[in-house]
Amino acid sequence: MYALIALGYTLVYGVLQLINFAHSEVFMLGGFAGLFAVRAVTSPGENIGGTKSVMLVVFGVLVGAAVGGVSAIVVERVAYRPLRRRGAPRLAFLISAIGMSLLLVNLAGKEFGRLPIPVPELFTDGTVFTVFGADVRTGQLIVFGSAIAMLIFLDRFVNGTKIGMGIRSVAQDAETASLMGVDINRIITMTFLVGGLLGGAAGFLYGMTFNVQNTMGFIPGVKAFTAAVLGGIGNVRGAMIGGLILGVAENLGVACVSSSWRDVIAFGILVLVLVLRPTGILGERLGRSA
Amino acid sequence: MTAVSDPRPTLLDRVRGNADARRLARYLLIAVVAGLIVGKDGTGDEPFSGIKGSFQDSTMLYLVIAAVVASVLARLYDAQRDTVAQLRGRASGAREQLIGGSRQKYANIAFLVLALVFALLLPLGLSGFWQRVLVERIGIFVLLALGLNVVVGLAGLLDLGYIAFYAIGAYVTAYFTGQLPAEPPFTLNPFLIIPISVLAAMIAGVLLGAPTLRLRGDYLAIVTLGFGEIVRITAVNSDKLTNGPRGAIGIPHFSAFGYQWKLDSKPYYYLLLAMMVIVVIAFRRLENSRVGRAWAAIREDEVAAAACGVPTVKFKLLAFGIGASTAGLAGNFYASKVGFISPDNFLLITSFLVLVYVVFGGMGSLPGAILGAAVLTWLPEVLRDKVPAQDRYIYFGVLLIIMMIFRPQGLIPSKRRAREFAMHEGGDALGSAEGSGTTAGAIA
Repeated sequence: MYALIALGYTLVYGVLQLINFAHSEVFMLGGFAGLFAVRAVTSPGENIGGTKSVMLVVFGVLVGAAVGGVSAIVVERVAYRPLRRRGAPRLAFLISAIGMSLLLVNLAGKEFGRLPIPVPELFTDGTVFTVFGADVRTGQLIVFGSAIAMLIFLDRFVNGTKIGMGIRSVAQDAETASLMGVDINRIITMTFLVGGLLGGAAGFLYGMTFNVQNTMGFIPGVKAFTAAVLGGIGNVRGAMIGGLILGVAENLGVACVSSSWRDVIAFGILVLVLVLRPTGILGERLGRSA
Repeated sequence: MTAVSDPRPTLLDRVRGNADARRLARYLLIAVVAGLIVGKDGTGDEPFSGIKGSFQDSTMLYLVIAAVVASVLARLYDAQRDTVAQLRGRASGAREQLIGGSRQKYANIAFLVLALVFALLLPLGLSGFWQRVLVERIGIFVLLALGLNVVVGLAGLLDLGYIAFYAIGAYVTAYFTGQLPAEPPFTLNPFLIIPISVLAAMIAGVLLGAPTLRLRGDYLAIVTLGFGEIVRITAVNSDKLTNGPRGAIGIPHFSAFGYQWKLDSKPYYYLLLAMMVIVVIAFRRLENSRVGRAWAAIREDEVAAAACGVPTVKFKLLAFGIGASTAGLAGNFYASKVGFISPDNFLLITSFLVLVYVVFGGMGSLPGAILGAAVLTWLPEVLRDKVPAQDRYIYFGVLLIIMMIFRPQGLIPSKRRAREFAMHEGGDALGSAEGSGTTAGAIA
């Protein structure tokens, strides 16, 4: 889960060398979109099961991803491109992203209410099997499966396609890339699009397990950013590994200590890793070499 | 935008190719968003009722009309500007070179005196509520922004967990006044604790800094962010030490030299003002000293600075320590003035906000940090009466975006930065005149 959001950060970071604080809001909007889409095609109290529930998840994920992608592009157009054209310093981007984030959170709160909304129960929750005494539910399996699918897709996309090559080239050296005929603006838009697609999809998946709320993006956003850094920011595979490690470590830590220390564990690990390995676990392969 | 190569351009392509149509679309979009912002509230049950309501409202119609009118005006303005701009451009550059020098210095001093007099008289004309806002929100955050300005603006270290030091200052105050569950060895009045708070925050700053300052820019940002959260969550979870989420209540007011501060905000205000003046003078002198130059060198290029013999770690630690101690002072002050602290005072978002104040005002500039913090803390309080309380931060966000688009250097940029911007703008104009994009340079 963290890995999915982390990818959005890491992609944008790799290309622009900046932290996209509005990404958590892309995530939130994707969650809302998926929720409304699913709610529009189901009637309340309806008993859903079998293939239909799987179809619904796919539908929700797709809608979430679409809205996430579009909103990510809008964010880029509004909060980044004008600044880039003026050659603003890096911190200005950070601030406009924070502004965008505040705007979107509160606007969504205004339009959709500020209370958490549950996604309709899509599975007549059966425990499929147990691992180490923990129940694994169908819903969790679906989330896990789609996350893996998207990770593989992204990996192929960045490493195997022409646009992926463009993204990597801009990440390495934007100026040279533009000299080689890469349309930087287009690549940046594509990057935001892909990051937004994943973020929006993650938003819906997250909303299925937890709830959808206008402030839902913040904490996962911070965590995902942590995961991205943990794996080596700007490094796609690093983000995946970082997300995985963070998720596992947190839950193990919760099992060992107590749930209220969850975030301390996460950040503690981060600090430790960074002190020992200042550029994250895998280093920065996508970005410029450290 | 790229030229349309399709032999039969679609409507979308035609819109894209036409600057006027693009502008109209942009303005319409802005109008619709504005309409949504001031429009009706929706609820979770009927998600689109708010949007629908906003569109049915007449305000939306006016805004859309305004957008159309504005785009026509902008077109006329553009046509005019193109002819005038070239003539005007060179003249103004030359003029700016001539003004300045010694007259500037006297003007600055006069301005400073005026500002100080204004600050001294300010609370007398305000109601009790605004006096409280002035001290508890504006004053405290101006102090925080000043401290963070040293770390971010001068030394160029991005610190996203700055609020942790503020928290430490506040909790130390609560501890030594005996308002925490943990028994202190002795209790003191908050006024006498000021040095202890400052020292504690400084030590925390150096402790955090020592292992992490090896990290480059964004890694440092995330580690400090993590540190800020660790401090807050520890405060939430340590019931025995910090009284957990309930926080500390009943921290006494200052008292010193036989004078007892009470609920009235004015004495606090003047004390805070005095501290600020001291801090500003100290920072001003630091900035222009050897230390300040070392910071500037580190900010511009750390590797080059180290190569030139600047002990980077030492100076970075110094910046961290100074920034942290300022936050500690603010924390002590807040704890004593309000008398109540809880972990909710030290949320992550507050760290971001302080950073926003600094950049909004103009990084590395003392008056900028003061003005930025003052304006942006004042704004939500003003909006409190004007718009629904929960919508305040929408306006705040919009303001930030607009500001960064049109004046990314901040309200009052420091001289050095202003120069950098001027240089860049010059290069930019040159680039666009040649008809090539400027993206590459801007990204790097």
